[in-house]
Amino acid sequence: MSEAKMIATRDAYGKVLAEIGRENPNVVVLDADLAVSTKTCEFAKAFPERFFDMGVAEQDMIGTAAGLAASGKIAFCSTFAVFGSGRAWDQVRVSVAYTRLNVKIVVTHSGITVGEDGASHQANEDIAIMRALPNMTVVVPADAVETEKVIREAVRFYGPMYVRLSRPKTRVIHENGYEFKIGKGEVLRPGGDLTIIACGTMVAPALDAAALLEQHGVRARVVNMPTIKPLDKELIVKCALETGAVVTVEEHSILGGLGGAVAEVLVENAPVPMVRVGLKDVFGESGTPDELLVKYGLTAEEIARAARSAAGRKK
Amino acid sequence: MISGEKIRELEAIAVKLRKHVINMTCAAASGHPGGSLSAADIVTILYFHQLKQDPKKPAWPERDRFVMSKGHAAPILYAALAESGYFPVSYLKTLRQLGSSLQGHVDMLSLPGIEMSTGSLGQGLSAANGMALANRLDKKDARIYCLMGDGECQEGQIWEAAMTSAHYKLDNLTAFVDHNKFQIDGPVEKIKNLAPFADKWQAFGWKVICCDGHNMAELADSLEKAVQTKGKPTVIIANTVKGKGVSFMEEHPLDYHGKAPSDDEEKRAIAELCLREKHQ
Repeated sequence: MSEAKMIATRDAYGKVLAEIGRENPNVVVLDADLAVSTKTCEFAKAFPERFFDMGVAEQDMIGTAAGLAASGKIAFCSTFAVFGSGRAWDQVRVSVAYTRLNVKIVVTHSGITVGEDGASHQANEDIAIMRALPNMTVVVPADAVETEKVIREAVRFYGPMYVRLSRPKTRVIHENGYEFKIGKGEVLRPGGDLTIIACGTMVAPALDAAALLEQHGVRARVVNMPTIKPLDKELIVKCALETGAVVTVEEHSILGGLGGAVAEVLVENAPVPMVRVGLKDVFGESGTPDELLVKYGLTAEEIARAARSAAGRKK
Repeated sequence: MISGEKIRELEAIAVKLRKHVINMTCAAASGHPGGSLSAADIVTILYFHQLKQDPKKPAWPERDRFVMSKGHAAPILYAALAESGYFPVSYLKTLRQLGSSLQGHVDMLSLPGIEMSTGSLGQGLSAANGMALANRLDKKDARIYCLMGDGECQEGQIWEAAMTSAHYKLDNLTAFVDHNKFQIDGPVEKIKNLAPFADKWQAFGWKVICCDGHNMAELADSLEKAVQTKGKPTVIIANTVKGKGVSFMEEHPLDYHGKAPSDDEEKRAIAELCLREKHQ
């Protein structure tokens, strides 16, 4: 595990976006004064005429992107997750989602692993509020490889998309040959005692939790669920029926995100014991990403504990 | 220079569009007549004099685009689109009805000719900027027009967008403010004063033209100046009267912001507008 490659998903984004810029002259990129952090600066350097720094004005950025998209451009907008979702939500709702325009909102610095900047900058509600919008596709890549595939798919796919990336380096769990499909989950590890469904930065700890559980004789199936909307209902129901218990894990509030979405599917189709691991309806705070993950219970040990609890409630 | 004959033709069209607004909102029993009537002459000169569009080909890539940022003035835009030939005039009576493309606030996905869905105020100018930037990237000569309300200019996004238009020197963009001086809760001046309004736009880097928003010759002249302005965007602050053309709406603008005329009021309004037609 110590040998594993560590790459931030935002770094993967910056790299692939610059490549796409070369391949597709129709792609334009907008940022709101965070290009160095979101890594759109690489595109900006290579294609200055197709890059628009909108300054500290997220609402205007989203609206401008909508206008560019209405004129046939594929518009990528980037900023931190808090600003790209919350600060500009009504602009996303009316100018992008309602219009079904080809705008890709690719945000970085999601969740508590933003770290030292503290609660104001830690988006733990963005999946919930973006998922609630009709016409919106919501994707949370787990690693650098998946990020590259997701961004390439975002160019092929017509319509609004919200892609949630992270600040710190995360473990690369996919091989380069991995294929991403919108709306499809991926079984990363077999197991019949329960299913751990995770997204984004929590996929790697979910795998670690499954390894811990195995030491105690519990065989956990691990599913990577990159697309929160449209959700892979079929896979979720199949896993629930086959393993009898479900744990969801996300670097996001347990309200309305991956856990909320999976709970909606289960309660209507295959009710089984379930535990949601995530931020428990609280704001974060300053600290190092690792300190915060421990404090807010987003570790392999806590996931394993939740898994034993869910599995223990099986009938 | 616009000819006297053309001006008379535009004035006649404007009256026709105003009658549609009254009939539509009365039939719908809801809608926003006041701000539609104040914008009637601006919309008329755009659709029947200024915009390069082809109603038979609403998606023509070289077209001029119009963004109705004050989306509640949908009735006047629908009237203009119908009279231009985008859809039959008889369809106007379906305004706000279940299943109609004539949504309460304009929706680009349901009606060809609508360039941007609006309704939540303050968003249209940003979209217009995006279209202007796209035209520049694609080396198109087509122009972008955007119509805002004065109350709408209390939205912060308008000023974010105003900075963008000036920063990118979008001289292919012309914005209008339908400056009718009233918003839902009262006079704009009392609710939250915009003054000095023209100075604000100027300070934001715009070429500012103030004109009588009900005078076709002044509107035509302002548009001509806007097109000639290079290196900066132009805003035409059109001084207008809320409910213009219908005496009892002009006298009680606050009563007819978001309230449709009754059957009786419809008859009186149409009678007044017909009289005006005769005198033209």
